[in-house]
Amino acid sequence: MTSWFFGDAGVALLVLAIGASTIFARKTFDAAIAFVVYGLLLAIAWVRLSAIDVALTEAAIGGGMTGTLLLGAVARLRSAEPDDTRLGLPIQLATGFCCALVAACLAAALLLLPETIPTLAPAVMENLADTGLGNPVAGVLFSYRALDTLLEKVVLLLALLGVWSLAPNNAWNGIPRLRLYDRPNSTLTFLAQLLPPVGVVVGIYMCWVGANEPGGAFQGGTVLAAMWLLVIIARLERAPSIGQLWLRVGLVVGPAVFLAVGLAGLVLANGFLAYPPGHAKAFIVTVEFALTISIAAVLAMLAAGPPQQVQQE
Amino acid sequence: MEFALDLFTVFTLLAGALFFLAGTVGLIRFPDPLTRLHALTKVDNLGLGLVVVGLVPQADGWVAALKLVIVWLLVQLSGAIVTQLIAGAIRERGPSA
Repeated sequence: MTSWFFGDAGVALLVLAIGASTIFARKTFDAAIAFVVYGLLLAIAWVRLSAIDVALTEAAIGGGMTGTLLLGAVARLRSAEPDDTRLGLPIQLATGFCCALVAACLAAALLLLPETIPTLAPAVMENLADTGLGNPVAGVLFSYRALDTLLEKVVLLLALLGVWSLAPNNAWNGIPRLRLYDRPNSTLTFLAQLLPPVGVVVGIYMCWVGANEPGGAFQGGTVLAAMWLLVIIARLERAPSIGQLWLRVGLVVGPAVFLAVGLAGLVLANGFLAYPPGHAKAFIVTVEFALTISIAAVLAMLAAGPPQQVQQE
Repeated sequence: MEFALDLFTVFTLLAGALFFLAGTVGLIRFPDPLTRLHALTKVDNLGLGLVVVGLVPQADGWVAALKLVIVWLLVQLSGAIVTQLIAGAIRERGPSA
């Protein structure tokens, strides 16, 4: 017990310290790197709280994918404007006040938690067998809170539309401007040839195992997206034009299948997003696989950024 | 036998931790980027390697042990590649970077 205490306290202190260094970092690049470290430390904290599903998501999304997006933003800001703009004192004070207010509200919410926390966890564990799943997190995501999960995936699509709408008119249907290297780098090419076979297997495995063990569509999809981005960055494969039919189909197949299964529930079971008794797992796994494809496509395209004008070659 | 394996684990974990410590000190104290990278690779290779070797006897079955070894190999691969990429970027920009 006590041997864990020092480790846990160390992780908590590190999370706070890295969080502070993210805020106080002078350069946006340093802040982005600190944020990635912050995500990885949070993942360790989630493991210690026995929330392996959350830890995997935090490492993949919070550390990896968000870090990639932030680094992309840093690179773009650097070329766009000098970094010596200082905000006025009133704005600084207002920002500090709002942040302190949010922190105070969060602290109050934590301190005012009831003695016995109202929980639905025992009910979930009791009825988990009906879904045919072994992982209670997947059961909650796809059975009890399926509407949340569906809308969450639609929000991802909206986010991508937001990025794409940054493209100028003449760049529509262009190719995302993800370009880090001007010419192929042999080391990177080597990695992009060696790693994707492993990564694709890991991604599909994470999605498949999500029904019974920690894992799932989001974690698996993120790994697949990372592999695709690696191949694009190493210039082994061009990023697709955003007008490609297969890309658009891939982006919407997950939410579309989810919606179709949900509507089928009206006929086959007793309501929207309900699964027919005895066949719940088959439907859920189908939805998870379709979602994995969509999540991989959306995340990769989010990281690739808005399209640019198609160059004549 | 059990005791001997536990002793082995304790010894290799401590040795691995020593490499982590040495690598971290090198990362902070070494004067230029290339030597700092050099310090970092020792942590990847030997530090994590010793930790994995120490954890293999404690693993839950041979599949778990294999997973640990694969994790080490993947970290080796990414570590070596990233080090190469950073070193390449440093050489392109010149030693002052």
